Amino acid sequence: MSGTRESAVRVGLVYPELLGTYGDRGNAVVLVQRCRWRGIPAELVEIAAGRPIPDSLDVYLFGGGEDDPQSMAAAGMIASRDAVERAWRGGAAVLAVCAGFQLIGHRYDASDGSAIEGIALVDAVTRAGPSRLIGEVVVDPAPSPFDAPSPPLPRLTGFENHGGRTTLGPGVAPLGRVVAGGGNGDGSGVDGARAERLVGTYLHGPILPRNPALADLLLGWVCGALPSLDSSLEERLRAERLRAGRARGLRKWILDRSLARG
Amino acid sequence: MSRASTRTRVAVTAGRATGWLSRVTGRGQGATISGRVMNAIAPGALAELARDQHVTLVSATNGKTTTTKLLAAALRADGRPLVTNSTGANLTSGIAPILASATGPGTAVLEVDERVLPRVVDPLRAELLVLGNLSRDQLDRYGEVHAVGSAWRRVAEQHPGLAVVANAADPHVVWAAEPARTTWVDLGAGWRNDAATCPRCGALLQWDDEGFACDGCGFARPPAHGRLDGDTLVLDGQRIPLRLALPGRWNVANAALAVTAAVTYFGVDAAAAAAAAATVETVAGRYMSIPLGGGRAARVLLAKNPAGWSEVLHYLAAEPGSVVIAVNARVADGKDPSWLWDVPYELLRGHPAAASGDRFLDVAVRLRYAEVEHLVERDPLAAARALPGATVHIVASYTQFSALYREFGDDRT
Repeated sequence: MSGTRESAVRVGLVYPELLGTYGDRGNAVVLVQRCRWRGIPAELVEIAAGRPIPDSLDVYLFGGGEDDPQSMAAAGMIASRDAVERAWRGGAAVLAVCAGFQLIGHRYDASDGSAIEGIALVDAVTRAGPSRLIGEVVVDPAPSPFDAPSPPLPRLTGFENHGGRTTLGPGVAPLGRVVAGGGNGDGSGVDGARAERLVGTYLHGPILPRNPALADLLLGWVCGALPSLDSSLEERLRAERLRAGRARGLRKWILDRSLARG
Repeated sequence: MSRASTRTRVAVTAGRATGWLSRVTGRGQGATISGRVMNAIAPGALAELARDQHVTLVSATNGKTTTTKLLAAALRADGRPLVTNSTGANLTSGIAPILASATGPGTAVLEVDERVLPRVVDPLRAELLVLGNLSRDQLDRYGEVHAVGSAWRRVAEQHPGLAVVANAADPHVVWAAEPARTTWVDLGAGWRNDAATCPRCGALLQWDDEGFACDGCGFARPPAHGRLDGDTLVLDGQRIPLRLALPGRWNVANAALAVTAAVTYFGVDAAAAAAAAATVETVAGRYMSIPLGGGRAARVLLAKNPAGWSEVLHYLAAEPGSVVIAVNARVADGKDPSWLWDVPYELLRGHPAAASGDRFLDVAVRLRYAEVEHLVERDPLAAARALPGATVHIVASYTQFSALYREFGDDRT
């Protein structure tokens, strides 16, 4: 895709009433504003809960939600699965966070024995864990064949709050290695998943205001090479949050060592 | 505490001390631990202290301190002997010394933390619950809103004869108070972002100007005895104007709830209750003024969660003047300030503004994307001094507000 577009970038915020518990709207706001500030027309399209998800969007944002809302969102996503997959295969980008990440996998096995079916854009299965993983997370992204046209992602910062344990299928690349925090939480030491024009992750914060490079990675997929944009304020925030994340990692390291010794 | 046994007195003191220790060491707010210590030393302490009191409990996510103060003002004006926790000390460790201060039989109007409420209804033999609203607050610590509503509902199910005055416009509160003997007052549309699904059946809730309804199970706003019409409470056909010294639409709602309780349960004259509510000017430091020098002053508002921030921002959008947004994310604030992105800071466009508090960088990035011009200054008072105008509003999260209140508050009684 070339650097010029004829139509506005349509940033789709899927079911904000259901999948918006952790400031997920911020990801949509950041994408729209980073387009506009570069002179690229963009619009935020909210898909209200209960409505079909159209295949005409350029970016699909699936956010985090509580248990009941997550089941409701899953039902709507299953009903619109073909439209989402068609759009994604046709060039749209997908960012799925927390509950949204779980729902783009095959299924979520709840602690009460029930299962919520996902839309299976990625080969991943989530089960309810014994505890919630809560706190700052730092992730070192692996270089990916899907980075182009943007440079490889730098270290990412986020805040996690989830009880899920997600296991990726063989051959599915994670977003990156967890330096501090839980991430997928299944013992693999990684967070999220990557595929062509797709990022799944447990990182809230929301993730895009804290990691402008990831926002531009998504936009690069749908807009082509982007004009540069001053992100010094976002980078100050990112640096501060990375320090906070390392402090959590250090506390855990000391605790683990003292437990191992004791 | 002269009427309480020695054992109870020791228990209350030890509980308070433990709670204080928990807070100053940053381990928590002291809610659970202080109650446990008190209970371990004297299991019946709360029941003993409440023995001679007719207890009313006031709870909500937002507005419980103010509603308590407004209800207490109405009952005092009615000449009742009264004890009340006016400073927002709403955990068992804060309630116990208030009860112990009673000099004789009377009425106790007690603000209670929404998660503590289910644990104290029985020991205090509460006779009336006044329930305002439930919304998202400190997600990293307290989890889902629905869990709090369900815990309240179990109380109502176990006490079907319990008198309750509750907000008919909040689905979580309606779900909670349905099984009790409830007088409903419709406090009007407020924050609805944390009530997308039906608390009863989990289906999508339908919202319109009349309130909410569930297509799945028929759960809906109950018929209300009272409702707000602008600044007027309409109660059983009687129109009661609420002309408050306190600012904002949210305080009109707090007053409507308090006046409804005073009139319908305590039998206070409606006009007298409204007049008493109108005399309240500050509530545990909320809306207090801090001199900035040169004849300028900062007015401090508390906002603890997305619902509270949203109310405050709608109010400030219509007020001239500069605004300092001061956000901490310590344990007592909730360590995840992601809600910054759910709150319409865009309403502040055109106001001189500053990003402040421990998490000033999160605030600054939020204001940048809201296209609100702002200074970046961690110290809220330095930020207020740097902004123009005779009056500067400082909107502060809980621990930031508490720090300012400790330093500048003058009504800490």
